[in-house]
Amino acid sequence: MADVDVRLVNVTKMFGDQTAVDGITLDVSDGEFFTLLGPSGCGKTTTLRMIGGFEQPTSGLIELKGEDVTFLPAHERDVNTVFQSYALFPHLTIFENVAFGLRRSGIKGDEVTRRVGEALDLVQLIGYEKRKPAQLSGGQAQRVALARALVNRPAVLLLDEPLGALDLKLRKQMGIELKRIQREVGITFIYVTHDQEEAMTMSDRIAVMNKGHYEQLAGPETLYERPTTRFVASFVGASNLLEGKIGSDGESWTVTLPSGDVVRAPKNLGDIGTGGAIGVRPEKLTLLEPGQESKGNRLDGTVVDTSYLGVLTQYTVEGAGGLRLLVSEQNVDRTTRSDTWRPGERVALTWKPEHGFVVGDSKSA
Amino acid sequence: MIAFLRRRPGLLPLLLLAPAIAWLVAFYVYPALQMLQASLWSGTLETGFVFSWANAATYSTALDRYSDQFLRSILYAAVSTVVCLLLAFPLAYTIAYRAGRFRTLLLFIVIAPFFTSFLLRVLAWKTVLGDDGFLLGPLKSIGALPEDFRILATPIAVIFGISYNFFPFMVLPIYVSLEKIDRRLVEAAKDLYAGPVRAFQRITLPLALPGVFAGSLLVFIPAMGDFVNAELLGSVQTRLIGNVIQSRFLVNNDYPTAAALSFMLMAGILAAVFMYARVLGTDELESGIG
Repeated sequence: MADVDVRLVNVTKMFGDQTAVDGITLDVSDGEFFTLLGPSGCGKTTTLRMIGGFEQPTSGLIELKGEDVTFLPAHERDVNTVFQSYALFPHLTIFENVAFGLRRSGIKGDEVTRRVGEALDLVQLIGYEKRKPAQLSGGQAQRVALARALVNRPAVLLLDEPLGALDLKLRKQMGIELKRIQREVGITFIYVTHDQEEAMTMSDRIAVMNKGHYEQLAGPETLYERPTTRFVASFVGASNLLEGKIGSDGESWTVTLPSGDVVRAPKNLGDIGTGGAIGVRPEKLTLLEPGQESKGNRLDGTVVDTSYLGVLTQYTVEGAGGLRLLVSEQNVDRTTRSDTWRPGERVALTWKPEHGFVVGDSKSA
Repeated sequence: MIAFLRRRPGLLPLLLLAPAIAWLVAFYVYPALQMLQASLWSGTLETGFVFSWANAATYSTALDRYSDQFLRSILYAAVSTVVCLLLAFPLAYTIAYRAGRFRTLLLFIVIAPFFTSFLLRVLAWKTVLGDDGFLLGPLKSIGALPEDFRILATPIAVIFGISYNFFPFMVLPIYVSLEKIDRRLVEAAKDLYAGPVRAFQRITLPLALPGVFAGSLLVFIPAMGDFVNAELLGSVQTRLIGNVIQSRFLVNNDYPTAAALSFMLMAGILAAVFMYARVLGTDELESGIG
């Protein structure tokens, strides 16, 4: 295990009587690409701002490379930030924007020129030194913001939804770029976003935040395959959650649906607690003719909606008792099979119990 | 009309500017030319005035004779501008960033004096600052100040009056330019190791310069032409060029000298404004100096 770069211990932030961040404890390792993912208002940006020194926690401890920085002002922290709005200094040239931090830390002359050059090279903006921020496109401004932070070689780089203002294509491109730069410089990145796709493609680990705390902290695959709370299951990717009476049958959890059908999931997938549910991702489901034999979990239903999405087709199937399930099917057989599922057709939904997941009691209602 | 403009969109700005241009021609260019003409007259109101280019000597004579008042005007206007700037910047800063819900109220208080007439305000100060007024009177009677101490009829009183009267013109532009600054820029500066003083010096101040520039002009220009404050709060020793022009025009009926002085005042102000713009208004001011 690499060294811990940033440590938050029971950090809480109140604004008036509103709790923005509610007792977060986490460690970020050296060189890690760590993401705080969550909807707006979940406390992710406040958490980032506390690490950056722009907010003081109401209680708790923040450590940077083993040193307590909880009440250290922003300008004395070895941390730099890429702001959501970029916050480039409009009256300074690109060169002076990037050189700002270096000059403040007393670096002079050729050393400044050399390091600004390196930073601009890293973000592929050589030749833009004399321009003003207003003369840049959104993507370029974003790169300058990145260079301005990275040039100082901070212990940790904080990124507050840095791609939020870019259009979709540029966002994907910059996402790949960010990951490349992070690997190249080896600096710890703490990244804040509400975009689960962005988080999944770039991060080593993700903390999925909701209402001031994180519900699950894990790598992208684990978050997707084994979400442990209802919130994570629905925020990261699409999910079918099967709610009902919880039971136990040997090595499996059982959920008895209101329709009387019973679905199972192995106990080693997680603890269902007393108020949990069994879930299954849409692509893990297979659609069969009503009469076809199958093993594992099985539910009967009627196709109510079909949408063709190119790579896959998405079906909505309504089972007994109005239960609606989302099914994705790869468009492999579609060209050879003339009878694809159409709305109104009776189908059977099947999946292997070990392809499901188990969510436990929710921490928050 | 609209169809015509559609075919020739370049004419629209001209059309929109037309009223302002007409106004300027009627009430600025034409009177200015008339003044130019008057400055080259000779004669008196009784004998009638005669125009001749040879009368250009009026300019040098007037400048010679009233150089004291000219210099005094420049000095008083400059000092008042600096006084206003020093008082207005902290106030504007506080209103913009620290006033919270009192912001509107404070702005209202800044412009509140405008609800009374200019003349009335100056007269009020004359009473307040009077030798036995309610400011100095009690202090003198308890012996805190000598009997012959005075503020009224001193340069201080005139500069005070000018500063007081034009103060809002300094506060408002500075407030607007400060208020416009994205506070995240200051956060970014702090993120890049700038302490509060450095962040102010490198980010807030340079970005507020347009407001400082506008405010200084709005105070300096009318202060250069002031005669009311000098007349009511000052003495013979504090006569400004504005008082001279006023008395030449309206008391002595010496139109040529008054017109020549007005013209030189205008030229002087224009020259000062351009010099000031050269110093403050350049883009390169802030960059490059570590």
